[in-house]
Amino acid sequence: MNERYSRQMLFPPIGKEGQKKLREKHALIVGAGALGAANAETLTRAGVGKLTIADRDYVEWSNLQRQQLYCEGDAVRKTPKAIAAANRLKAINSEVEVIARIMDVGIQEIEELIEGVDLIIDSTDNFDIRFLVNDISQKHRIPWIYGGCVGSYGLSYTFLPGVSPCLNCLMDKLPLGGTTCDTAGVIQPAIQMVAAHQSAEALKILAEDFESLRGTLVSFDVWKNHFSSVNVSSLKNPHCLTCGANPVYPFLDYRNQTKTALLCGRDTVQIRPSALQDVDVAYLEKSLVSQGINVESNPYLLSFKINQARVVVFKDGRVLVHGVRDILQAKNLYHRFLG
Amino acid sequence: MNVVINGDAMVLPETVNSVSRLLEHFNLEQKVVIVELNQHILDKSMHAETILTDGDRIEIVHFVGGG
Ligand SMILES: [Zn+2]
Repeated sequence: MNERYSRQMLFPPIGKEGQKKLREKHALIVGAGALGAANAETLTRAGVGKLTIADRDYVEWSNLQRQQLYCEGDAVRKTPKAIAAANRLKAINSEVEVIARIMDVGIQEIEELIEGVDLIIDSTDNFDIRFLVNDISQKHRIPWIYGGCVGSYGLSYTFLPGVSPCLNCLMDKLPLGGTTCDTAGVIQPAIQMVAAHQSAEALKILAEDFESLRGTLVSFDVWKNHFSSVNVSSLKNPHCLTCGANPVYPFLDYRNQTKTALLCGRDTVQIRPSALQDVDVAYLEKSLVSQGINVESNPYLLSFKINQARVVVFKDGRVLVHGVRDILQAKNLYHRFLG
Repeated sequence: MNVVINGDAMVLPETVNSVSRLLEHFNLEQKVVIVELNQHILDKSMHAETILTDGDRIEIVHFVGGG
Protein backbone atom coordinates (compact mmCIF):
# COMPACT_ATOMS: atom_id res chain seq x y z
CA MET A 1 0.00 0.00 0.00
CA ASN A 2 1.31 3.44 -0.91
CA GLU A 3 1.34 6.57 1.23
CA ARG A 4 -1.69 8.16 -0.38
CA TYR A 5 -3.92 8.24 2.70
CA SER A 6 -1.19 8.20 5.35
CA ARG A 7 -1.83 11.71 6.71
CA GLN A 8 -5.52 11.07 7.00
CA MET A 9 -4.95 7.73 8.76
CA LEU A 10 -2.54 9.43 11.19
CA PHE A 11 -5.46 11.64 12.19
CA PRO A 12 -6.81 9.64 15.16
CA PRO A 13 -10.57 10.15 14.66
CA ILE A 14 -10.25 8.52 11.21
CA GLY A 15 -7.31 6.17 11.59
CA LYS A 16 -6.95 2.87 9.71
CA GLU A 17 -10.45 1.76 10.68
CA GLY A 18 -12.08 4.95 9.48
CA GLN A 19 -10.17 4.81 6.22
CA LYS A 20 -11.47 1.28 5.62
CA LYS A 21 -15.03 2.40 6.31
CA LEU A 22 -14.65 5.37 3.98
CA ARG A 23 -13.53 2.99 1.27
CA GLU A 24 -16.74 0.94 1.59
CA LYS A 25 -19.03 3.92 1.24
CA HIS A 26 -21.01 5.41 -1.61
CA ALA A 27 -21.70 9.17 -1.59
CA LEU A 28 -24.14 10.92 -3.90
CA ILE A 29 -23.48 14.55 -4.79
CA VAL A 30 -26.50 16.30 -6.26
CA GLY A 31 -25.32 19.23 -8.36
CA ALA A 32 -21.86 19.76 -9.77
CA GLY A 33 -21.58 23.51 -9.38
CA ALA A 34 -19.19 25.22 -6.99
CA LEU A 35 -20.19 23.29 -3.85
CA GLY A 36 -20.42 20.03 -5.77
CA ALA A 37 -16.98 20.42 -7.28
CA ALA A 38 -15.38 21.28 -3.93
CA ASN A 39 -17.06 18.43 -2.04
CA ALA A 40 -16.35 15.95 -4.81
CA GLU A 41 -12.66 16.82 -4.86
CA THR A 42 -12.32 16.44 -1.08
CA LEU A 43 -14.09 13.07 -0.98
CA THR A 44 -12.19 11.79 -3.99
CA ARG A 45 -8.83 12.73 -2.49
CA ALA A 46 -9.95 11.24 0.83
CA GLY A 47 -10.58 7.90 -0.86
CA VAL A 48 -14.33 7.33 -0.65
CA GLY A 49 -15.27 4.05 -2.35
CA LYS A 50 -17.82 5.29 -4.80
CA LEU A 51 -19.01 8.73 -5.79
CA THR A 52 -22.01 9.53 -7.94
CA ILE A 53 -22.25 13.06 -9.24
CA ALA A 54 -25.44 14.20 -10.94
CA ASP A 55 -25.89 17.51 -12.74
CA ARG A 56 -28.13 18.97 -15.44
CA ASP A 57 -25.88 21.69 -16.79
CA TYR A 58 -22.72 22.21 -18.81
CA VAL A 59 -19.60 24.24 -18.07
CA GLU A 60 -19.68 27.95 -18.89
CA TRP A 61 -17.03 30.67 -18.57
CA SER A 62 -18.79 32.26 -15.61
CA ASN A 63 -18.28 29.00 -13.67
CA LEU A 64 -14.48 29.00 -13.78
CA GLN A 65 -13.97 31.61 -11.03
CA ARG A 66 -15.18 29.17 -8.37
CA GLN A 67 -16.03 25.72 -9.73
CA GLN A 68 -12.66 24.17 -9.03
CA LEU A 69 -12.85 21.01 -11.13
CA TYR A 70 -13.30 22.77 -14.47
CA CYS A 71 -10.92 24.42 -16.89
CA GLU A 72 -11.14 26.59 -19.99
CA GLY A 73 -11.40 23.66 -22.38
CA ASP A 74 -14.57 22.50 -20.63
CA ALA A 75 -16.16 25.91 -21.16
CA VAL A 76 -15.09 26.03 -24.82
CA ARG A 77 -16.46 22.54 -25.47
CA LYS A 78 -19.57 23.07 -23.30
CA THR A 79 -18.77 19.79 -21.55
CA PRO A 80 -21.57 18.65 -19.25
CA LYS A 81 -20.45 19.34 -15.66
CA ALA A 82 -20.97 15.74 -14.56
CA ILE A 83 -18.59 14.55 -17.30
CA ALA A 84 -15.98 17.27 -16.79
CA ALA A 85 -16.07 16.62 -13.02
CA ALA A 86 -15.71 12.86 -13.44
CA ASN A 87 -12.77 13.27 -15.84
CA ARG A 88 -10.91 15.49 -13.39
CA LEU A 89 -11.78 13.32 -10.37
CA LYS A 90 -10.55 10.15 -12.10
CA ALA A 91 -7.28 11.93 -12.85
CA ILE A 92 -6.97 12.90 -9.17
CA ASN A 93 -7.70 9.45 -7.76
CA SER A 94 -8.22 6.45 -10.02
CA GLU A 95 -9.08 4.27 -7.02
CA VAL A 96 -12.43 5.96 -6.55
CA GLU A 97 -15.31 4.72 -8.66
CA VAL A 98 -16.79 7.93 -10.06
CA ILE A 99 -20.17 7.78 -11.74
CA ALA A 100 -21.26 10.77 -13.83
CA ARG A 101 -24.96 11.28 -14.44
CA ILE A 102 -26.11 14.04 -16.80
CA MET A 103 -29.64 14.57 -15.60
CA ASP A 104 -32.10 16.95 -14.08
CA VAL A 105 -32.73 15.31 -10.75
CA GLY A 106 -36.48 14.86 -10.32
CA ILE A 107 -38.59 12.33 -8.45
CA GLN A 108 -37.93 9.40 -10.74
CA GLU A 109 -34.22 10.16 -10.95
CA ILE A 110 -33.67 10.55 -7.22
CA GLU A 111 -35.39 7.22 -6.51
CA GLU A 112 -32.96 5.58 -8.91
CA LEU A 113 -29.87 7.52 -7.76
CA ILE A 114 -30.41 6.69 -4.10
CA GLU A 115 -29.87 2.95 -4.60
CA GLY A 116 -27.03 1.78 -2.33
CA VAL A 117 -26.07 5.32 -1.28
CA ASP A 118 -24.80 6.03 2.27
CA LEU A 119 -24.87 9.82 2.19
CA ILE A 120 -26.26 12.63 0.03
CA ILE A 121 -24.42 15.92 -0.28
CA ASP A 122 -26.54 18.82 -1.45
CA SER A 123 -24.77 21.01 -3.96
CA THR A 124 -27.82 22.22 -5.81
CA ASP A 125 -28.80 25.81 -6.45
CA ASN A 126 -32.49 25.69 -5.61
CA PHE A 127 -34.94 24.56 -2.94
CA ASP A 128 -37.16 22.53 -5.27
CA ILE A 129 -34.46 19.88 -5.47
CA ARG A 130 -33.54 20.24 -1.80
CA PHE A 131 -37.06 19.41 -0.62
CA LEU A 132 -36.97 16.39 -2.92
CA VAL A 133 -33.63 15.34 -1.44
CA ASN A 134 -35.05 15.93 2.05
CA ASP A 135 -38.03 13.63 1.40
CA ILE A 136 -35.96 10.85 -0.13
CA SER A 137 -33.49 11.10 2.75
CA GLN A 138 -36.26 10.53 5.30
CA LYS A 139 -37.96 7.82 3.26
CA HIS A 140 -34.77 5.75 2.93
CA ARG A 141 -33.16 6.86 6.23
CA ILE A 142 -30.08 8.27 4.48
CA PRO A 143 -28.42 11.38 5.93
CA TRP A 144 -27.94 14.48 3.81
CA ILE A 145 -25.89 17.63 4.21
CA TYR A 146 -27.33 20.98 3.13
CA GLY A 147 -25.11 23.76 1.89
CA GLY A 148 -26.12 27.18 0.60
CA CYS A 149 -24.08 30.17 -0.44
CA VAL A 150 -24.61 33.67 -1.85
CA GLY A 151 -22.20 36.59 -1.92
CA SER A 152 -19.85 36.15 1.04
CA TYR A 153 -22.49 34.40 3.15
CA GLY A 154 -23.09 30.69 3.54
CA LEU A 155 -24.67 28.11 5.81
CA SER A 156 -24.83 24.38 6.31
CA TYR A 157 -26.75 21.78 8.27
CA THR A 158 -26.51 18.01 8.57
CA PHE A 159 -29.85 16.19 8.45
CA LEU A 160 -29.83 12.86 10.26
CA PRO A 161 -33.12 10.97 9.83
CA GLY A 162 -34.56 9.98 13.19
CA VAL A 163 -32.26 12.37 15.05
CA SER A 164 -32.41 15.93 13.75
CA PRO A 165 -35.29 18.02 12.43
CA CYS A 166 -35.66 17.85 8.63
CA LEU A 167 -35.58 20.72 6.11
CA ASN A 168 -39.37 20.79 6.13
CA CYS A 169 -39.25 21.44 9.90
CA LEU A 170 -36.70 24.23 9.54
CA MET A 171 -38.27 26.02 6.59
CA ASP A 172 -41.98 26.68 6.79
CA LYS A 173 -42.02 28.23 3.33
CA LEU A 174 -39.96 28.51 0.18
CA PRO A 175 -37.89 31.71 -0.07
CA LEU A 176 -39.66 34.09 -2.46
CA GLY A 177 -37.40 35.09 -5.34
CA GLY A 178 -34.44 35.31 -3.00
CA THR A 179 -31.07 36.62 -4.02
CA THR A 180 -29.11 34.11 -6.05
CA CYS A 181 -25.50 33.79 -7.15
CA ASP A 182 -26.54 35.24 -10.49
CA THR A 183 -27.99 38.41 -9.03
CA ALA A 184 -25.84 38.94 -5.94
CA GLY A 185 -22.68 37.20 -7.06
CA VAL A 186 -20.62 34.81 -4.97
CA ILE A 187 -16.98 34.57 -3.98
CA GLN A 188 -14.88 31.44 -3.82
CA PRO A 189 -13.86 31.69 -0.12
CA ALA A 190 -17.53 31.60 0.92
CA ILE A 191 -18.02 28.50 -1.24
CA GLN A 192 -14.92 26.88 0.25
CA MET A 193 -16.13 27.60 3.79
CA VAL A 194 -19.52 25.98 3.15
CA ALA A 195 -17.91 23.05 1.35
CA ALA A 196 -15.40 22.61 4.19
CA HIS A 197 -18.25 22.30 6.69
CA GLN A 198 -20.10 19.91 4.42
CA SER A 199 -17.18 17.65 3.65
CA ALA A 200 -15.95 17.55 7.25
CA GLU A 201 -19.40 16.30 8.29
CA ALA A 202 -19.36 13.92 5.32
CA LEU A 203 -16.07 12.40 6.47
CA LYS A 204 -17.49 11.92 9.98
CA ILE A 205 -20.56 10.14 8.62
CA LEU A 206 -18.65 8.01 6.12
CA ALA A 207 -16.01 7.03 8.70
CA GLU A 208 -18.90 6.40 11.13
CA ASP A 209 -17.81 8.88 13.80
CA PHE A 210 -21.37 10.05 14.43
CA GLU A 211 -20.60 11.42 17.88
CA SER A 212 -18.40 14.10 16.36
CA LEU A 213 -21.14 15.54 14.16
CA ARG A 214 -21.66 19.26 14.74
CA GLY A 215 -25.39 19.15 15.44
CA THR A 216 -25.96 22.87 14.84
CA LEU A 217 -27.01 25.10 11.98
CA VAL A 218 -23.84 26.92 11.09
CA SER A 219 -23.75 30.19 9.17
CA PHE A 220 -21.08 32.75 8.42
CA ASP A 221 -20.12 35.74 6.38
CA VAL A 222 -16.46 35.67 5.41
CA TRP A 223 -16.52 39.33 4.36
CA LYS A 224 -18.42 40.80 7.31
CA ASN A 225 -16.56 38.43 9.65
CA HIS A 226 -19.62 36.84 11.23
CA PHE A 227 -19.94 33.33 12.51
CA SER A 228 -22.91 31.71 14.14
CA SER A 229 -23.75 28.21 15.27
CA VAL A 230 -27.31 27.62 16.43
CA ASN A 231 -28.91 24.55 17.98
CA VAL A 232 -32.16 24.05 16.06
CA SER A 233 -33.22 20.67 17.47
CA SER A 234 -36.24 22.29 19.18
CA LEU A 235 -37.70 22.94 15.70
CA LYS A 236 -38.29 19.23 15.06
CA ASN A 237 -42.01 19.11 14.32
CA PRO A 238 -43.82 15.92 15.43
CA HIS A 239 -46.50 16.62 12.80
CA CYS A 240 -44.03 17.27 9.96
CA LEU A 241 -45.28 15.80 6.66
CA THR A 242 -41.78 14.56 5.89
CA CYS A 243 -40.30 13.40 9.19
CA GLY A 244 -43.27 13.34 11.60
CA ALA A 245 -45.18 10.34 12.93
CA ASN A 246 -47.20 9.89 9.73
CA PRO A 247 -44.97 11.00 6.88
CA VAL A 248 -46.46 11.45 3.38
CA TYR A 249 -43.28 12.74 1.65
CA PRO A 250 -45.15 15.53 -0.19
CA PHE A 251 -42.26 16.38 -2.49
CA LEU A 252 -42.10 12.87 -3.91
CA ASP A 253 -45.60 13.38 -5.28
CA TYR A 254 -45.50 13.71 -9.08
CA ARG A 255 -48.19 16.39 -8.95
CA ASN A 256 -45.63 18.67 -7.31
CA GLN A 257 -42.99 18.21 -10.00
CA THR A 258 -42.09 21.22 -12.12
CA LYS A 259 -41.86 20.71 -15.84
CA THR A 260 -40.43 24.10 -16.75
CA ALA A 261 -38.20 26.16 -14.57
CA LEU A 262 -36.44 29.48 -14.79
CA LEU A 263 -32.90 28.56 -13.82
CA CYS A 264 -31.23 30.53 -11.04
CA GLY A 265 -31.87 34.02 -12.50
CA ARG A 266 -29.76 33.85 -15.64
CA ASP A 267 -32.34 34.36 -18.37
CA THR A 268 -32.52 30.63 -18.88
CA VAL A 269 -35.54 28.39 -19.04
CA GLN A 270 -35.29 24.66 -18.73
CA ILE A 271 -37.93 22.58 -20.43
CA ARG A 272 -38.28 19.03 -19.28
CA PRO A 273 -40.57 16.86 -21.41
CA SER A 274 -43.03 14.92 -19.25
CA ALA A 275 -41.51 11.65 -20.40
CA LEU A 276 -37.76 11.93 -20.74
CA GLN A 277 -36.44 9.87 -23.61
CA ASP A 278 -33.18 9.96 -25.49
CA VAL A 279 -33.01 12.31 -28.45
CA ASP A 280 -31.20 11.27 -31.60
CA VAL A 281 -28.82 14.22 -31.51
CA ALA A 282 -27.20 13.43 -34.88
CA TYR A 283 -30.57 13.28 -36.61
CA LEU A 284 -31.72 16.52 -35.01
CA GLU A 285 -28.47 18.20 -36.04
CA LYS A 286 -28.99 17.15 -39.67
CA SER A 287 -32.52 18.39 -39.71
CA LEU A 288 -31.55 21.77 -38.19
CA VAL A 289 -28.62 22.17 -40.60
CA SER A 290 -30.95 21.48 -43.51
CA GLN A 291 -33.03 24.46 -42.32
CA GLY A 292 -29.90 26.62 -42.60
CA ILE A 293 -29.28 26.73 -38.85
CA ASN A 294 -25.74 26.78 -37.54
CA VAL A 295 -25.35 23.93 -35.03
CA GLU A 296 -22.58 23.21 -32.51
CA SER A 297 -22.45 19.80 -30.87
CA ASN A 298 -20.52 17.40 -28.67
CA PRO A 299 -21.38 13.79 -27.77
CA TYR A 300 -23.75 14.92 -25.00
CA LEU A 301 -25.63 17.90 -26.39
CA LEU A 302 -26.14 20.23 -29.31
CA SER A 303 -26.73 23.96 -29.36
CA PHE A 304 -27.91 26.53 -31.86
CA LYS A 305 -28.79 30.23 -31.96
CA ILE A 306 -32.08 31.71 -33.03
CA ASN A 307 -32.17 35.52 -32.93
CA GLN A 308 -31.20 36.43 -29.34
CA ALA A 309 -31.83 32.98 -27.93
CA ARG A 310 -29.49 30.03 -27.65
CA VAL A 311 -31.10 26.61 -27.48
CA VAL A 312 -29.24 23.68 -25.95
CA VAL A 313 -30.64 20.18 -26.39
CA PHE A 314 -29.37 17.40 -24.13
CA LYS A 315 -29.40 13.76 -25.18
CA ASP A 316 -31.88 12.95 -22.43
CA GLY A 317 -34.48 15.23 -24.00
CA ARG A 318 -34.10 18.27 -21.75
CA VAL A 319 -33.76 21.66 -23.37
CA LEU A 320 -32.24 24.87 -22.03
CA VAL A 321 -33.24 28.11 -23.70
CA HIS A 322 -30.86 30.96 -22.86
CA GLY A 323 -31.49 34.65 -23.49
CA VAL A 324 -35.26 34.60 -23.13
CA ARG A 325 -37.28 36.60 -20.67
CA ASP A 326 -40.10 34.22 -19.93
CA ILE A 327 -41.19 30.63 -20.00
CA LEU A 328 -43.72 31.19 -22.79
CA GLN A 329 -41.12 32.53 -25.18
CA ALA A 330 -38.94 29.52 -24.43
CA LYS A 331 -41.82 27.12 -25.00
CA ASN A 332 -42.56 28.72 -28.36
CA LEU A 333 -39.01 28.17 -29.53
CA TYR A 334 -39.09 24.63 -28.18
CA HIS A 335 -42.22 23.73 -30.09
CA ARG A 336 -41.06 25.47 -33.25
CA PHE A 337 -37.81 23.57 -33.56
CA LEU A 338 -38.16 20.45 -31.49
CA GLY A 339 -41.81 19.46 -31.94
CA MET B 1 -31.30 49.87 22.49
CA ASN B 2 -28.00 47.99 22.68
CA VAL B 3 -28.04 44.41 21.40
CA VAL B 4 -25.59 41.90 20.01
CA ILE B 5 -26.51 40.47 16.63
CA ASN B 6 -24.51 37.62 15.16
CA GLY B 7 -21.67 38.56 17.48
CA ASP B 8 -21.67 42.29 16.61
CA ALA B 9 -22.68 44.84 19.22
CA MET B 10 -25.05 47.39 17.72
CA VAL B 11 -27.47 50.13 18.63
CA LEU B 12 -31.02 49.72 17.31
CA PRO B 13 -33.37 52.65 16.62
CA GLU B 14 -36.21 52.91 19.14
CA THR B 15 -38.82 51.81 16.59
CA VAL B 16 -37.10 48.46 16.21
CA ASN B 17 -38.54 46.88 19.32
CA SER B 18 -39.72 43.44 18.25
CA VAL B 19 -38.23 40.52 16.35
CA SER B 20 -40.47 41.20 13.33
CA ARG B 21 -39.35 44.83 13.26
CA LEU B 22 -35.77 43.69 13.53
CA LEU B 23 -36.15 41.43 10.49
CA GLU B 24 -37.71 44.34 8.55
CA HIS B 25 -34.86 46.56 9.69
CA PHE B 26 -32.40 44.17 8.02
CA ASN B 27 -34.67 43.60 4.98
CA LEU B 28 -35.08 39.99 5.96
CA GLU B 29 -38.89 39.92 6.34
CA GLN B 30 -39.34 38.08 3.02
CA LYS B 31 -36.57 35.61 3.76
CA VAL B 32 -36.83 32.27 5.48
CA VAL B 33 -35.05 32.85 8.77
CA ILE B 34 -34.35 31.21 12.06
CA VAL B 35 -33.97 33.56 15.01
CA GLU B 36 -32.29 32.66 18.26
CA LEU B 37 -32.85 35.04 21.16
CA ASN B 38 -30.57 34.60 24.17
CA GLN B 39 -29.80 31.03 23.15
CA HIS B 40 -33.44 30.13 22.70
CA ILE B 41 -34.89 29.39 19.24
CA LEU B 42 -38.04 31.38 18.60
CA ASP B 43 -41.07 29.79 17.03
CA LYS B 44 -41.90 31.68 13.83
CA SER B 45 -45.36 32.52 15.05
CA MET B 46 -43.77 34.42 17.93
CA HIS B 47 -41.67 36.88 15.89
CA ALA B 48 -44.27 39.66 15.96
CA GLU B 49 -44.99 39.53 19.68
CA THR B 50 -41.47 38.91 20.92
CA ILE B 51 -40.24 42.18 22.37
CA LEU B 52 -36.55 43.02 22.35
CA THR B 53 -34.85 44.31 25.46
CA ASP B 54 -31.54 45.99 26.12
CA GLY B 55 -28.61 43.57 26.15
CA ASP B 56 -30.34 40.83 24.09
CA ARG B 57 -28.09 38.48 22.16
CA ILE B 58 -29.63 37.60 18.83
CA GLU B 59 -28.54 35.19 16.13
CA ILE B 60 -30.27 35.46 12.77
CA VAL B 61 -29.75 32.71 10.20
CA HIS B 62 -31.36 33.06 6.76
CA PHE B 63 -31.54 30.33 4.19
CA VAL B 64 -30.03 30.88 0.78
CA GLY B 65 -30.35 28.71 -2.28
CA GLY B 66 -27.11 29.23 -4.20
CA GLY B 67 -24.43 26.67 -4.42
ZN1 LIG C 1 -39.52 17.42 9.39
